[in-house]
Amino acid sequence: MSHVAPHMEPPVRLSKRDVMPTWKGILVRIAGILLGVALSSLFIVLVTDLNPAEVFTSLFDGCFGTPRRIWNLLQNTAILLCISLAVTPAYKMKFWNIGAEGQVLVGAAATAACMIYFGNTLSPWLLFPLMIISSLFAGMVWGMIPAFFKAYFNTNETLFTLMMNYVATQVIAFLITYWENPKGSNSVGVINSATKAGWLPYLFDKQYLINILVVLALTVVMYIYLKYSKHGYEISVVGESENTARYIGINVKKVILRTMALSGALCGLAGLLLVSGSSHTVSVNTAGGRGFTAILVSWLAKFNPAVMLLTSFLIVFFERGAAQIATSFRMNESLADIITGIILFFIIGSEFFLNYKLNFRHSKKKEG
Amino acid sequence: MKKTLKILALVLSLCMVVACFAACNNDADETLTDGNVVATDGDAADVSEDVSADAGEVALDYSDIKVGFIFLHAPTDSTYDKNFMNAVEEVQATLGLTNDQVIVMSDIAESEACYEAAMDLVDQGCNIIFGDSFGHEDYLIQAAQECPDVQFCHATGDSALAENIPNFHNAFASIYEGRYVAGIVAGMKINEMIENGEFTAEEAKMGYVGAFPYAEVISGYTSFYLGARSVCPTVTMEVKYTNSWFDIDAERTQAIALIESGCKLISQHADSEGAPKACEEYGVPNVAYNVNTTDMGPTTALISSKINWAPYMTYMIDCVVKGEAIDTDWCGGFNTGSVELTELNTAVAAEGTQEAIDAAIAAFKAGELHVYDTATFTVNGEALAEDFQADVVPDAAYTPDTDVVLDGYFAESEFRSAPYFSIIIDGITAVVEG
Repeated sequence: MSHVAPHMEPPVRLSKRDVMPTWKGILVRIAGILLGVALSSLFIVLVTDLNPAEVFTSLFDGCFGTPRRIWNLLQNTAILLCISLAVTPAYKMKFWNIGAEGQVLVGAAATAACMIYFGNTLSPWLLFPLMIISSLFAGMVWGMIPAFFKAYFNTNETLFTLMMNYVATQVIAFLITYWENPKGSNSVGVINSATKAGWLPYLFDKQYLINILVVLALTVVMYIYLKYSKHGYEISVVGESENTARYIGINVKKVILRTMALSGALCGLAGLLLVSGSSHTVSVNTAGGRGFTAILVSWLAKFNPAVMLLTSFLIVFFERGAAQIATSFRMNESLADIITGIILFFIIGSEFFLNYKLNFRHSKKKEG
Repeated sequence: MKKTLKILALVLSLCMVVACFAACNNDADETLTDGNVVATDGDAADVSEDVSADAGEVALDYSDIKVGFIFLHAPTDSTYDKNFMNAVEEVQATLGLTNDQVIVMSDIAESEACYEAAMDLVDQGCNIIFGDSFGHEDYLIQAAQECPDVQFCHATGDSALAENIPNFHNAFASIYEGRYVAGIVAGMKINEMIENGEFTAEEAKMGYVGAFPYAEVISGYTSFYLGARSVCPTVTMEVKYTNSWFDIDAERTQAIALIESGCKLISQHADSEGAPKACEEYGVPNVAYNVNTTDMGPTTALISSKINWAPYMTYMIDCVVKGEAIDTDWCGGFNTGSVELTELNTAVAAEGTQEAIDAAIAAFKAGELHVYDTATFTVNGEALAEDFQADVVPDAAYTPDTDVVLDGYFAESEFRSAPYFSIIIDGITAVVEG
């Protein structure tokens, strides 16, 4: 190492911040969103001849314009939240489960299989428990396979779970060749459209209410599970340090398997809600990329299920609003994607500035 | 921090619950109706017959019209949806409709997203809603049953006649006639190559990249093959499927596999540039679908057959304006301007091709030419029986239900606009899975 003159230090240096007061943290986040909105407005003005105010009005209109749109917003938030809750225990344990997409798909396929093969023979009292058990079980198996290899052979779970997604997609594609209607169309169509067997009931005539309530309940349960249960504590310890966990007598293999079983089963539940509670069909696009978006939701919320209500809502809000912008202005979806991207960038950016500060070279301020 | 988060979470959950019930009260009157689904068996209604009830409205003006379009993908990404979007723009300009009157929703999946999109368009005051993908059908039917005052038109679907819902309509075009003409172009090119001594008449084999082993695709390649064989009697054809409507890599791989197994000319029924570009690389002539591919293959692209949806869109709008019923099942052809061929690439095509195209189109317009003339093809060495039945009325078991051989030809698209010719004829080798 050659010697470096003291005044040759880099112009900007990062240092970790002390914990910021909550009100200040919230202000920084709001400022981040406002800056994002300002920059996207600038972008809209420069690139298109649209009025940014109209574009943002349309964004809100797409989410809250009609009761139907509010329902859609809530339903999509609920599904994304469900998958986010599902991946959270695994991430908290630092198990990189990017296989939620596949776990949701097998859960969806298991639900569809029950509806197709038993929908018109079993009574609802048997059919629904069967659907619930098989979807949870399918997701659980899909999640436990990589967990088993991780626990016993220390395989890389990121690659393993990712590859399990492709396997799940191919399994669905294969099943569709049996279930497709009409033959060769590659589409299953609405399952049991005449009898509605295996469709989750409409509470108060509202199709999505049951999905929303189930996910709200799950949020509360997950919050308690992670924060107050012994399991939750073990997950945190394994996530912080496997050696510490071993030292204090936690069976790490068991915790990994158990947590991934839970994570996979909850993804399976999301598959159930998607097939039985909303679309009543299954295709390779049933999960629709939400298995990946859920990771963002979970991390943005720092694995706090209560905050995930907010982060999942935010993501879906931009998604729905963006689609409305594309429709209202006959714009390519790309414009909406760019706006969403800019605002998300600022939201993630404000998390960065909450944790770190920049020290400029000429700063006279003393550091503590 | 934690306390604030908790409070925030509580407030948000409350908001969610309150929003649920607020939404409940606002549209509590919308209940899912069970819709009386009457399946007809046996005789399917004549295509031209109006089964649908009258819209029952006094005549409207074009300014009263609001049309909603539901597209599977963004028109910028998919040539299939682009073809519909071109028609929308043409019709909008011709009829002088504003952007507020023509709402296009793209990237709508074949799931409840389609139903929600349709209902959202109803909320926005649309009188007509048009879906462009086969898998949208079930969801459009669901919306049509709930909104009897709105007309739902669905491209490529097959259930309208059987479902018999007054405000739900199917539409298609006799694209097999267009493919037959494209097949003539291909056959003449092969004849030219034989004459030039590039290969013998016995080696004349074409390759076809299909999407799925599904009636629409089978009907399409059979007509293409019959068109080619009408000018080149020794030609055979091999078909490979990609199992996707849009997969650039798979279409490219299958096209190359066909070329390497000795195919002298390639055509495809799939939506990407995979096959045309592979053909240009290998110097093999190509016949495309829906888009003009001359820029992708200046030395190999011959011609494309395409469906022009503008005549149907104009028709459905005019029906609503006049207060007339829209046909339950509409099938356009050369006569309506629904089937077209793109400009012939004369740099590649054989001498005299344009004249042959014009003659064939004139014969179709006059009703003198039938693609599936039972005298021109055999199945397992035998002519098609006169009492041959096809599965025209959709059912889960694919039961053949309708006599489709009339006056010595298989009457494709006459009992239902969506194709139902799904026989593999002699001369074609196709691997059918599943």
